[in-house]
Amino acid sequence: MNDVPALAAGQPTATPGKYLTFTLGQESYGVPVLAVREIIRLCPITPVATMPPHVRGVINLRGKVIPLIDLRRRFGLPATEEHDRTCIVVTQVASATGGTRPYGVIVDGVEEVAQFTAADIEPPPDFGGAVDSRFITGMAKAASGVKVLVDLDLISAAETATLDIPASEKPSVAS
Amino acid sequence: MPVPASPDTLRQRLQQIGLELASVEMMPDRPAPALAELVAAAEADSAGGPAELAAASRLARDWVSGAGGPLSADVRGRFAIWHGWMEQAVTAWERSRPVPAWPAELPRAEPSPRPAATRSAPDEQAVPLLPGGIDADMMQLFCTDCEDFLRDIEQGVLVLEERPDDPETLNTVFRAFHTFKGNAGMLKLVVLQRVAHELESLLDSARRGQMRLGRPEIDVVLAGADLFSRYVSAVSDRLEGRQTADSVSLPVPAVIDAVQAVLASRDAAPPVNVIRAAAMPTPSAASQAAATPPSIAAAPAAEAAPAEPVGMAADEPAPAPAAGPTAPVRPAAPTGSVRVDTGKLDGLIDLVGELVIAQSMVTQNPAVSGAADEQLARSLAQLRSICSELQRTATALRMVPIRGTFQKMGRLVRDIAGQLGKEIRLVLDGEETELDRSVIEEIGDPLVHMIRNSADHGIESPADRLAAGKPAGGTITLRAYHQGGFVVVEVADDGRGLDPARIRRKGVERGLIRPDEPLSDREVLDLIFAPGFSTAERISDVSGRGVGMDVVRRNIERIRGKVEIASTPGRGTTFTVFMPLTLAIIEGLLVAVGDQRFVIPTLSVRESFRPLPGAVTTVQGRGELVAVRGRLVPLLRLGRHFGIDSAVGDPAEGIVIVAEAGQETRCLLVDSLIGKQEVVIKSLGETFPPGRGFAGAAILADGRVGLILDTTALVRIRNHTTETAA
Repeated sequence: MNDVPALAAGQPTATPGKYLTFTLGQESYGVPVLAVREIIRLCPITPVATMPPHVRGVINLRGKVIPLIDLRRRFGLPATEEHDRTCIVVTQVASATGGTRPYGVIVDGVEEVAQFTAADIEPPPDFGGAVDSRFITGMAKAASGVKVLVDLDLISAAETATLDIPASEKPSVAS
Repeated sequence: MPVPASPDTLRQRLQQIGLELASVEMMPDRPAPALAELVAAAEADSAGGPAELAAASRLARDWVSGAGGPLSADVRGRFAIWHGWMEQAVTAWERSRPVPAWPAELPRAEPSPRPAATRSAPDEQAVPLLPGGIDADMMQLFCTDCEDFLRDIEQGVLVLEERPDDPETLNTVFRAFHTFKGNAGMLKLVVLQRVAHELESLLDSARRGQMRLGRPEIDVVLAGADLFSRYVSAVSDRLEGRQTADSVSLPVPAVIDAVQAVLASRDAAPPVNVIRAAAMPTPSAASQAAATPPSIAAAPAAEAAPAEPVGMAADEPAPAPAAGPTAPVRPAAPTGSVRVDTGKLDGLIDLVGELVIAQSMVTQNPAVSGAADEQLARSLAQLRSICSELQRTATALRMVPIRGTFQKMGRLVRDIAGQLGKEIRLVLDGEETELDRSVIEEIGDPLVHMIRNSADHGIESPADRLAAGKPAGGTITLRAYHQGGFVVVEVADDGRGLDPARIRRKGVERGLIRPDEPLSDREVLDLIFAPGFSTAERISDVSGRGVGMDVVRRNIERIRGKVEIASTPGRGTTFTVFMPLTLAIIEGLLVAVGDQRFVIPTLSVRESFRPLPGAVTTVQGRGELVAVRGRLVPLLRLGRHFGIDSAVGDPAEGIVIVAEAGQETRCLLVDSLIGKQEVVIKSLGETFPPGRGFAGAAILADGRVGLILDTTALVRIRNHTTETAA
């Protein structure tokens, strides 16, 4: 299983360090804790029409307008009802103009901040194209199970690339 | 008074001198008198410019007049260096920069040949408080700026007394005088400009390490600062009606002489008495005390004055009406404005918005709104009104009308017209359009370039205009307005217009395009924004050096704006600058579409009404049309366009908003009008590309985000779908 096509394209691999882990359905994911600004409860979302379905819209974070991404839809996971553990992880991602910009993602629940050493992290496996593994930078082994480490910079940068969706796929923005 | 010389005449003179020098070089026996004449003329041309220029010319005249016969190789060498310096100095004069340092190879030019003691000129000079053609607003702005500079100068000088070589402080003080000089020049306060220039030169040589600032030098600087301070207070008094005199008498000549004396002595050991005498003309008690170390400060300045040589007594603070009330007023005294970091302002505005939302959440909480306590109800009403007032005030903080920038252009146009011998009228429109202060700062330079371009290349000479059947005087119109989430500034002239064929030819000559490149006229016009492109047949001093239009585009793009050009040969050219509203506030119409709310910029809304049943007609393949005052206007159902299922289906149940974008009119169907409100436009950020119908977002009263519609883009989208449907 050393054949990892996704890595051939210069995809970054996860570095050891502290990660915030969260759940999406039955799966566990992790993002570098340094990229996390804060965790807030779900708040009223203003949908933005003509955007892909995983872009849920914008929210007001103390006077700042920040985009909100539904990671479930982004990763092609089945949608579920939002519940009281559902929350928004506000992160900082690289901005095209240099610096960082706030970027909110909806997750099903936040787990913990875990320290992963180099030995804990394995390169992403080859899912054989069945799974969109573009944003996965590694798999971390933790006591509670395997965490999928994802790169939010890659996810946010891909946003602008996936914008020109056909009109037929236009999301229904009733919320 | 001789005709005021300009850098142009001197530049031409220097060209002649250059030619003469070249011929002298080839024919060393050529007699010097021709050169002597030219140098003497250059001296005359230098009048009105920086003093160094005249001094340098005087020095050069001595070289030739002393020579009599053919010039020696040594003198020729000196002349070559002198000529190079003069050319740089003229450029500096043109741009109101400090003249370059005097070349070390040359003997020193004596800036002031007249010893201060023998001068018989009056010690005071009247300076107008309200220069002709400058309005009160600009003078007020000038005063506010000056107060900042004066504060910088005074604080800086205090530091310099302790650490005369502190480079940063030297720079600060230098810059303050430099900016002051620029401002004074803009207002045509020639006298003050001169004083500022002299002091700037002094600071410049200190900055370059050519001299060290001791007590005498600092006294001179303070004397200059006091002079400005007195002028500024007098202007403030005049503006606020505390006095009616139209000019104030200031010891300008004394200060200038004092500075020149200090400059002249920077190489030689300073004859202390002379410096002291010259430095003392304006001992404003307050600043002396401030600038003097405690031990000396104990001696009142008034007592110190008589100890100085006689003759300086006349330079005691002017008896102008201003002197009395203003003398004790320090420049740092609060006079109505404070500079604040814009980041802090933004933070304040965001927080106030949150406060208003939190307040409404408290007020509307059932536990509170249900309470029967009358005292509580009154307090809540009070809280609400304070919050909304606070919000109004906070949001207005960043906004500045574009008026000031526009009015500066009036001056510019008049100057250029004078230089070019053209008649140009500047028409201003929409000066009250408010813009974010930072945007206004960025738009100044591009506007100057565009107006120069219009005045120089656009407007024809009176004779050409008459020949073309136009009035002899040309018109440049400067217009500002809001449109579809942008602030638009137009610079329109009624000149000869741009000739696409000529631009294409130039583009090929400059190697910007291939001769056979297929370009639309619009693309050809766009070439004038290419780096290194200049359409001027001749290089003029006003524009046409090939820098300018590319800089304009770069500057505008830096603030994420865009510039467009439209031109009709023979009829004129219009530059249109679109600037983003990133932080601007607009008045918006809040509308509901299904369960969503949108803000439509009020300025693009002409009217709104509830259509009668049957008012909407469907034309096959061309969408829906609404009759508006006898005209059929295409209808865009926002609910359908944005895929909002809960929006009303029957137009008769909704509201039609007649929106304008440029020349076009479209009807937008919404469910209902919620109200009108001022909103702070926030960028949607990188996730959401522009051109999709949203100009930005705003935080609404309940804390949710409302999207601001980009009416211009909506018109475009509609056109597009119509075309594909047809």
